Amino acid sequence: MTVHTVISPDKRPVLAADGVVRSDAVASNSAANRKLFAARVPIYPKEGSGQYRSFKWAMMAITLTIYYVTPWLRWNRGLSAPNQAVLVDLAHERFYFFFIEIWPQEVYYITGLLILSAVALFLINALFGRLWCGYSCPQTVWTDLFIWIETKIEGDRNARMRLAAAPWSMSKIAKRISKHTVWLLFAVATGGAWVFYYNDAPTLLHQLLTGTASYGNYFAVLGLTFTTYTLGGLMREQVCTYMCPWPRIQAAMTDNEALCVTYRRDRGEPRGAHKKGDSWEGRGSCIDCNQCVAVCPMGIDIRDGAQLECINCGLCIDACDDVMRKIGQPRRLIAYDTEANISRRQHGEAARYRFVRPRTVLYAGVLAGVSAVMLLTLTFRHTLDLDVLRDRNPDYVRLADGAVRNAYTLKLMNRGREARTLDLSVSGVKARQVRLIGDGEIVSSVPLRVDADKVRTVRVLVTVARADLSASHGLTFSLAAGGEKREVDAVFVPGAAR
Amino acid sequence: MSKREIDQVSGTETTGHEWDGIKELDTPMPRWWLVAFWATIIWSIAYWVVYPAWPGISSYTHGIWDHSQRDEVTANVAVLKAERAGREAALAKASLADIQNNPDLLQFAMAEGKTAFGDNCAPCHGAGGQGGHGYPNLNDDVWLWGGKLSDIEHTITVGVRSTAANTRESQMPGFGRDAVLKPAQVDDLAEYVLHISGRPADARAVKRATGLFADNCAGCHGPEGKGDRKFGAPNLTDNEWEYGPTRDDIHDQIWNGHGGVMPTWGGRLSPEEIKALAIYVHNLGGGE
Repeated sequence: MTVHTVISPDKRPVLAADGVVRSDAVASNSAANRKLFAARVPIYPKEGSGQYRSFKWAMMAITLTIYYVTPWLRWNRGLSAPNQAVLVDLAHERFYFFFIEIWPQEVYYITGLLILSAVALFLINALFGRLWCGYSCPQTVWTDLFIWIETKIEGDRNARMRLAAAPWSMSKIAKRISKHTVWLLFAVATGGAWVFYYNDAPTLLHQLLTGTASYGNYFAVLGLTFTTYTLGGLMREQVCTYMCPWPRIQAAMTDNEALCVTYRRDRGEPRGAHKKGDSWEGRGSCIDCNQCVAVCPMGIDIRDGAQLECINCGLCIDACDDVMRKIGQPRRLIAYDTEANISRRQHGEAARYRFVRPRTVLYAGVLAGVSAVMLLTLTFRHTLDLDVLRDRNPDYVRLADGAVRNAYTLKLMNRGREARTLDLSVSGVKARQVRLIGDGEIVSSVPLRVDADKVRTVRVLVTVARADLSASHGLTFSLAAGGEKREVDAVFVPGAAR
Repeated sequence: MSKREIDQVSGTETTGHEWDGIKELDTPMPRWWLVAFWATIIWSIAYWVVYPAWPGISSYTHGIWDHSQRDEVTANVAVLKAERAGREAALAKASLADIQNNPDLLQFAMAEGKTAFGDNCAPCHGAGGQGGHGYPNLNDDVWLWGGKLSDIEHTITVGVRSTAANTRESQMPGFGRDAVLKPAQVDDLAEYVLHISGRPADARAVKRATGLFADNCAGCHGPEGKGDRKFGAPNLTDNEWEYGPTRDDIHDQIWNGHGGVMPTWGGRLSPEEIKALAIYVHNLGGGE
């Protein structure tokens, strides 16, 4: 791969049309070249410009800003909790997200979040294809960033290909070293930013720089440096093609009404070189200049149709529009379009966009439903909670006089910002005695002090006299403070009759 | 050396092996595989140098880092001990009653007691202290040697029928085995015990055994069979049976006079650990 444009025998570039040279770029995944085991075909994406390129730059700026800045945002929670807006506090088992605080007992919020993410992905996919892959997936964003760095240091596509083919020289070594150094610096920054989500960012930054941070943090930074450098710099499109499950899932979920980056073959074919002054009658608009292939970060030819390698980033649209402008043809020969529209136009019908389809309605419905439930539960989240775990070993204890005792471990949770006194009471069982270990007998209720944002564990023993056993199957633990009250039903096991 | 055959289709050398016309290609190893292979060899050499690796006659090569997992554990345990020293000292000083009334110390003692129980007591008494045939249940309110905190602490310290000089000691005779009583008398006594524990029994046998019980059993178990903690003699009227509740079980116990052994923990566990264990067992629910 040393030449970048098709050269005719008289050493002049072959023109695809007047003013447009034909590139010798070949799709890395074309059916003709595909082998069972193929070495990677190096891809040197050409830097383009245009509407979608600008959008992709903007998305890169936004997503990277969010990633790097978020851990530094502060959020005042008072003295009992950290003031970092987004923090996964593993040591204290808390997750903070602005006004939300999640305890390990509330993993269902994480489940809800994952459901939301998945359904949102499905919905976007059904509407606009793989927008996620094209613009916001960390893999493609970082790959884009790394390609940009490569372009700045080694030059654009042709220069990079020349450099790759050139023998080793001081200048080549210098360029390669500086490229990999800058890549590594970005990779370190990426790994470095990640650990801030798990620690107080200013404190950890100081620790990292003074060598006093824990090994875990250094290893996390090292690990993410390695993965960022490898996945973003060296493996790039192979991650999407070979490692990521989403292209496969998407292939199964997409339909022919989804907007995808599409070559309008109804307009482009038959393709071929065009000479100035030739008529456009009886031929397609595609002049086979391969510019769409040259800019593709995945190294594919969009004209081969929908394919799992395509990340729907639209860079080929920009490249093709550029060419169409030069040869005076209408733009958007490659565009966000649907398979259904191509066949409609081929049958002489007008193109139309059906955003409201059963699957989009379904996805939107699920999305709205789960969001509503999440929002509701988060808004009315209890600051007071009670977990009851009945002893199962032994299941029950029979006393000398035939009475039966069950033991319960209670977790009293105070999610409030202040220490509170919670009133614990037991009802629903005719107990001879209800005893709190370390605190004596509970007559009506017992006040228990629980520190701010803490769990207190107590053990309660409930004894039922022999005569009342047959009527005792359950009981209710109540925890009350201020206006809040939590009730938990528990089982009482009377034991085998004797 | 003969020239090796080149496969026409793949252009790769063959190994020269052939089975029914099928020839084996001598495909070279992938480069990455070879690199990984050599890397592991280099790694292992580095490992020998740095870490303990080769066994010797009486010792082993320690490696230049002189690393030892045992040392690491010892260091970690020391750190943990230092961290707990304050509470451990408080535990040593506090009386059992004080611990029971101090929530912080109680929690510490319970945690330590639970670990010590799992390590030392659970094999016989069960993970939850529920006991089993021949091993007392520690959850209920039936105590052979007393259920107060101090009783429990003492029992743990000296054991039962153990090797300690001041062990809790008593031995029920094997009335049948040692021919103290006639077989028929043992049968009658079993009926009698069934009777006083409130269960149906042969009335004539009970009548015959009344005198036998007063002569042979009441000395330890008391005239009404309510037991006596001085001798660790169980209450025979409460329907809790260490050696089983059936007539056959009771007969077997009178015949053989089983007496389980609990080892002394005084020399093996520290006084603080025993204290914590007593608190833990007491708080299983049956403590008095």
